[in-house]
Formats: sequence, structure tokens, C-alpha cells
Amino acid sequence: MSVTKEDVRKVARLSRIAVEDGRLETLAGELNGILGWIDQLNEVDVEGVEPMTSVVETVMPMRADVVTDGDKVDEILANAPKRDDGFFVVPKAVE
Amino acid sequence: MTDLTKLTLAGALDGLEKKEFSSRELTQGFVDAIAAANPVINAYVVETPEKALDMADASDARRANGEAGKLDGAPLGIKDLYCTKGVRTTACSNILDEFTPTYESTVTQNLWDQGAVMLGKLNMDEFAMGSSNETSRFGEVANPWRRAGGDNAKLTPGGSSGGSAAAVAADLCLGATASDTGGSIRQPAAFTGTVGIKPTYGRASRYGMVAFASSLDQAGPIAKTVEDSAILLETMCSHDPKDTTSLPVETPDWRADVTKPIKGMRIGIPKEYRMDGMPDAIEGLWQQGIDWLKDQGAEIVDVSLPHTKYALPAYYIVAPAEASSNLARYDGMRYGARVAGDNLNATYEESRAAGFGAEVQRRLMIGTYVLSSGYYDAYYLRAQKVRTRILQDFRDVFEKVDALLTPATPCAAFAYGENADDPLAMYLNDIFTVTANLAGLPAIAVPAGLDGQGLPLGLQVIGKALDEAACFRVGGALERAAGFVAKPEKWW
Repeated sequence: MSVTKEDVRKVARLSRIAVEDGRLETLAGELNGILGWIDQLNEVDVEGVEPMTSVVETVMPMRADVVTDGDKVDEILANAPKRDDGFFVVPKAVE
Repeated sequence: MTDLTKLTLAGALDGLEKKEFSSRELTQGFVDAIAAANPVINAYVVETPEKALDMADASDARRANGEAGKLDGAPLGIKDLYCTKGVRTTACSNILDEFTPTYESTVTQNLWDQGAVMLGKLNMDEFAMGSSNETSRFGEVANPWRRAGGDNAKLTPGGSSGGSAAAVAADLCLGATASDTGGSIRQPAAFTGTVGIKPTYGRASRYGMVAFASSLDQAGPIAKTVEDSAILLETMCSHDPKDTTSLPVETPDWRADVTKPIKGMRIGIPKEYRMDGMPDAIEGLWQQGIDWLKDQGAEIVDVSLPHTKYALPAYYIVAPAEASSNLARYDGMRYGARVAGDNLNATYEESRAAGFGAEVQRRLMIGTYVLSSGYYDAYYLRAQKVRTRILQDFRDVFEKVDALLTPATPCAAFAYGENADDPLAMYLNDIFTVTANLAGLPAIAVPAGLDGQGLPLGLQVIGKALDEAACFRVGGALERAAGFVAKPEKWW
């Protein structure tokens, strides 16, 4: 599998990172280098092996379904790039 | 008065207890040292001298009342990856702008609850992605160590916890918090002649730590001695309901393990860690470590971990994949930097292009690629299966041995720029450390000697899951045998 300029453009869009056309070629080269090196994993026999989901065997804990936190509008908005009257202000999302 | 900043954490706590000096005097010593050194070393990205002195005064008052905690009055540095209430926390990324948390991470809260004093926030690779500290938005950290013979090349302290390691090595704190996703505690410790330990995954809460790769990230300290690292780790670890992967287990008294004899312990030497082209100094140090442990009555056992060579490539699927998911939260809407675009998508894309550095962008794109439709099975799922194989290797050898001894890094600290053009060469820094992250195991790096250029080198001890005690025991034995007391000559 070789990553093309078009693949980089697509991945950049999926990653929500603006990439100028001039950088696509370089990035494709870098990604191919890394992915080519990663390809050695194909040598490993993983037939019948379960994918690892947790390093220590443990049961996911459950908590009571109750409200434990709240009334923190000012704290939640404290780092907002734009805010107004208790709300985040964001660019128009619906035309 | 003697220079209090030269004390170990254990020594300083002892002096405070005996009222030989106050926390204020001790803290003032570090505040002055940081003010003088930081313009050159660049270990701290936020200095909090007023907060530190206030905390020191409060500590002195507690001690006078007989209410001192385990770390009372001890000045520490905090990696910029831990959320600290009211103190800017950015993981050294532009995308977090001037983010100032309104809450405290569990690990740092545990330290403050025991009376520790905060000196400031420590430099690191952006989002902990790097092995040299050069991806930080705040610039490079200078390793306090320099090559012998008048070569004044600026060396990296390693990464990602480069600021933590440099601050400890230069006596700019008694100890520091750090974090380890693929070797980010142990590699900088080895590069700076300090001690670093990553505990078993789940020992320390990840609540309030800026996430990189959630199944690998783990908190731990960098300290001057093995004993100091045990004191810090005991306080940092706890069961925390706010982190679902936090283990409901008791934290043992690790400090007592540091001095326990190792006679009769079985120490495995994994043959796959003997790499082609490994420098003689590393090879020699490893053999020296084997001899030291043998001399103290340990039984040395040759073992095999056949999937070792696949750990690093598996890591470079798992870590970027998890990072691409974790870092999706940085969209410039609720916090952090926003760069306005023509529409909503353009605003996301411009904000993230401006906010993330080149290495972070590269890893996010790799992560997105390996998770994208049609590639998930070939990359991510296969990597997670390889991870199971790696864990099984460890389980098999831990039937026969109590701990493993390996080098901590494949080389000594390198000069800035030496690996920067080649991402793959940089990734190889983690070749001996990354296996413990993939398998979730505890591992400690202990300084054990100097190379031909006078730079420190470290050995690594990997233990069974939840057996940090073995790491501290063997680490303590190596420390005593090595008698490593070398410090960088002060040039800053």
C-alpha cells in the first residue's frame, strides 16, 4: 500500500487539519516511510489471537446513575475563545 | 548555609522534620535557582514563585502544629501535562493557547494533599509526542550534561518529559512529575543521570492529565534517587473513581523495598534487547549490571521475548490511532486557540493547522489513516493482536524470572538536530522502553555509569504487573553497586 497525494488530502480532511497543496508531496513521503516500516507487522502470525483491549484484567466499574456535579457555568466557560451571556459563541453551523 | 537545592527529597524531608531549615528557606532556594538557571535551561514554562512561597509558609505552619504530611514542604516541579487549577496548562501546544484549568488532576492533588509545594510547570514535547523536547511550543530544554572535552553542543535531555528530567538533574526541584506513553519518563531519566519509574498501567489516575494515548499513558516521577522515586510514586498512585481504568488496589510501602536484598531473585536477560550496532558503552554497561546483580546473590537467567522487534511498529499504530481520537477535542470551540475560517469546517481545519506542530500533525494523520475505513483491520486490529503476543511473551518469561534487566536507551543524550530530519530514527529512542507500555508493566530507569564522552547511561528493570516492588528492589541494588554520584558540571 502506498500513500498518494490524494490519500494525504483525504486524511488531512478527515483529521480536520488544513494542509497546503505544497506540503502534500512531503507528507506523503513521510507517511509512506513510517507505514512501510510498520508493514513488518505482517510477519507476525496472529491467527486465532485476540486483540488486546486491556493490559490488566479487570471489570469495568459501574457507578450509580445519579447527578454528582453541576452548576459550573462560569468554570465551564472560563477558557472559551468567545462567550456571551452564559453560552459558547461558535461560527454559524447551518446555512 | 549549605545549598539546600542539592539535597535529595529524602534528605530534605529529614531536614524539615528535624527543623534544620524551614520549607520557606528550602523553597526560596529553589525559586532563586530557577530564576538564575531557567533562561538557559528552559525547564520551566510557567514559574509560580509566589504560589510556592505561600504553600511553603502553609507547610511550615502545619509542621509547627504537628500536622505534616508525607511530602510536607517539599518543592516539586509539575510536567505541563497535568491540569493545575488556576495555573496555565498547555501540554506545550499552541492549540491550548492560555488554557487555565478550573480543576486539579488527581495525581497533583495527591501531592498537595501530602503537603508538597509547586514550583511551576515543566517543559515537554508537544502533547508528549517526541523524544527530544524539541516539539515544545516553548522551545528546547538544555540538558545540564555536556560532552567532556570542551564540546559545548547543546544536548537534549530526552523527551517527552525533558523539562522534568533537566529540572531534577540541575537541582531546580527536589523531584518532578512526568508521564510515560512509550518511554517518556525513562528515556529522559537515562539521558540526565536521574531515576524515572513508570508504574503498572492503572496504578495512577489519568484524571486531569492531558491525554495522548489512553491505553498507554501512565503517570510517574523523575527523581534524584531510587528512594526518592519510591516516595513520590507512593503518593502519586491511588484508586480514583474518576478514571475507569484506575485499579482498585492498595498502594504498597515501596520505600521499604529499595533497601531489601536481592539475594535469590531471578533476573531475566532478554536476548532480543541485544541489538545490532548497539554502542559498546551500552553493551558494557548492561554486562556490568548483570555482574552487579550476580555479585549480590541474584540468579541470572537468559530469556527470550520473541516479539520484541514488533513492539515499536505496533506502538506507532496504537499510539497515533488513540491520539487522533483524543485530540479530536481540540476544535477551537470551547477552549484553546480559534482561527476563523470561511465556514465551520474551515475554522476547525485552520485552528488545528495553526495550533498543532508538525510532529503532532504527522501522528494525527497516521492515526486517522490507520483507523480509516478499509484499513482498520489491516493496521489497528493487527497491532492490537501483536500487542497480545507481546504481553504473552512477558507472561511466559515471568513464569521463570522475577524481573528483567535491559539497557534503558540505545544511546546517550544526542545533540539537537541530530535526529530531527528523520522521524524513524527519533522513534528508535523508545526501542527498549515501549514494550513495558504495550504490556502495561512497571519499569524503572536507574543511572548506572558514564559513556566515553562523560554522559550518563541508564539501566532498566521491568517487573511483573503490580510488582513495582521488584523494580525498586533491583533498582536499589543497581544504584548501590553503581555508586552513581556524578553530577553535571555547572555551566548555566
